[in-house]
Amino acid sequence: MSAHNLVAAGGRKRGWGATLLILSVVAYVVLLLVAPIASIVRGALQDGFPALLTALQKPTLWESFGLSVKIAFAVIVIQLLLGSATAWVIVRHNFRGKGLFNGVIDIPFAISPVVVGYMLLLAFGRSGFLYPAVKALDIQVAFAVPGIFLATLFVSLPFMIRELIPVIENLDRVQELAATTMGAGRWTTFWRIIFPPLRTALVYGVALTMARAMGEFGAVLVIGGGVQGRTATTTMYIFHALEERQYVEAYAAAIILAFVSVLIVSFADWIRHRSTAQ
Amino acid sequence: MEATAPARLLKRERRPHLGLRTTSLAYILVLVIIPVAIIFQDGFREGAAEFWHQVTLPVAAHSIGLTLWTSALMTLLNGVMGLATTFVLVRYEFFGKKLLNSIIDLPLAIPTLVTGVMLVILYGPQQALGQFLQERFGFQVIFAPPGIIIALLFITFPFVVRTIQPVLLELDRQQELAAATLGASGFTIFRRIIFPALALPTLSGSLLAFARAVGEFGAIVIVAGNIPLRSQTAAVYVFGAVESENRLAASAISIVLITISLAIILVTNYALQGRNDVRT
Repeated sequence: MSAHNLVAAGGRKRGWGATLLILSVVAYVVLLLVAPIASIVRGALQDGFPALLTALQKPTLWESFGLSVKIAFAVIVIQLLLGSATAWVIVRHNFRGKGLFNGVIDIPFAISPVVVGYMLLLAFGRSGFLYPAVKALDIQVAFAVPGIFLATLFVSLPFMIRELIPVIENLDRVQELAATTMGAGRWTTFWRIIFPPLRTALVYGVALTMARAMGEFGAVLVIGGGVQGRTATTTMYIFHALEERQYVEAYAAAIILAFVSVLIVSFADWIRHRSTAQ
Repeated sequence: MEATAPARLLKRERRPHLGLRTTSLAYILVLVIIPVAIIFQDGFREGAAEFWHQVTLPVAAHSIGLTLWTSALMTLLNGVMGLATTFVLVRYEFFGKKLLNSIIDLPLAIPTLVTGVMLVILYGPQQALGQFLQERFGFQVIFAPPGIIIALLFITFPFVVRTIQPVLLELDRQQELAAATLGASGFTIFRRIIFPALALPTLSGSLLAFARAVGEFGAIVIVAGNIPLRSQTAAVYVFGAVESENRLAASAISIVLITISLAIILVTNYALQGRNDVRT
């Protein structure tokens, strides 16, 4: 490639090598990502459109979807409160062991979901050391909704924190000091100075947390046990439908779940693009 | 803190510090550290010899080996294709580029269980493509290691691309132009100027993908069919052990999985020191 070509690599002229590279990348992405996504639509329609409609009208599907949404919302509330507090502490506070603390945040990102469910089972199961405590409070954690909630909270931990950290790092501290010097209270400083630049990151964090929470399966399967109707999330509904060879039911639920997750993340992407464009 | 800051501010900042810090430390302690500690305690309950015995049982050892080699092969493929994809996305203009860029993020939103379902429909033995591959090439995807690798490729593809992308965007093109002016070929420019700058992000993106792959469950349990000594990965083995209440085995293999993840996170954080983290 000559210097001229390199400058022109912006678009007009490209060598055959570049064209070949573009084509192979497009082919790879189509084969790896697009083909499977397209195939699930075909799978859901394998018995015809009426069969898909019937599968979409199953009350148990929407019960499980409702439970997934409820759990995701509860997880989002906790991550908004404690997750943002944690991000703040990581950026603004200095204490011994902070590096380790920062590394611990990433553990849920890499740990196997099955192991997450199993850890909670060990802690809250009948022989777990936290069992007497929750028993005294009359809460059932293992094989019940609180357990699913905890598992989801664990796996979605890093998303909000990792979105917020770079934004908090870039906050202009002079503004905070100025506000305080001019007599603004802590609340005023927070709402008027600190909060506005964090908004986009918070929306993105909420979206990623929501998508992760709605899609969690392994941890939820182990700790939730999956008594249908009561503790079945959407992913468990899909799994049970597959086991019972109710394929169209499974594919219909999978499409709903994937569609909702993609919609949420795309919405957050759109917000982010709009705010960076401004 | 600036020296000019009013004393009032200094006094005020000291107070909320401890409450906030204690809250977030307690949150992470209860949610992450205690559960991980419990599993280590449980796995070594019967001593190190018993732990080792559980890990070296043929079925367990095979599941760990399978997990490691499929993840490693996936990481290699993803590293190369991720680099190529990022390069094409950043450096060329072509029809459909925006669409391609958004398609790459889809695996971040699609639940991995759904990924597994998709792949079974596409490559399943009763499906057109699956049947074609099986009959024509004797190549079985579903219920076999290739299915595991394809599932992992799908799930972790965005990690590599999104780690390299910001670095490539900021790369100084002057150097490339200078090299081209001096007569360097396109390949030489890539090898001597572009690749060295991208080696570290490629490596850390690949390591992230590897860490994520080692623990993957949802997609694999659907795609791999859970055949011991053939297509059963470590995470699926742990699931089986939990189901059959084989606590020693479940805890031992969990410890192995956690240790691998922790080691990779430590190495990645070390390699990325001083850089902005770009994972999503």
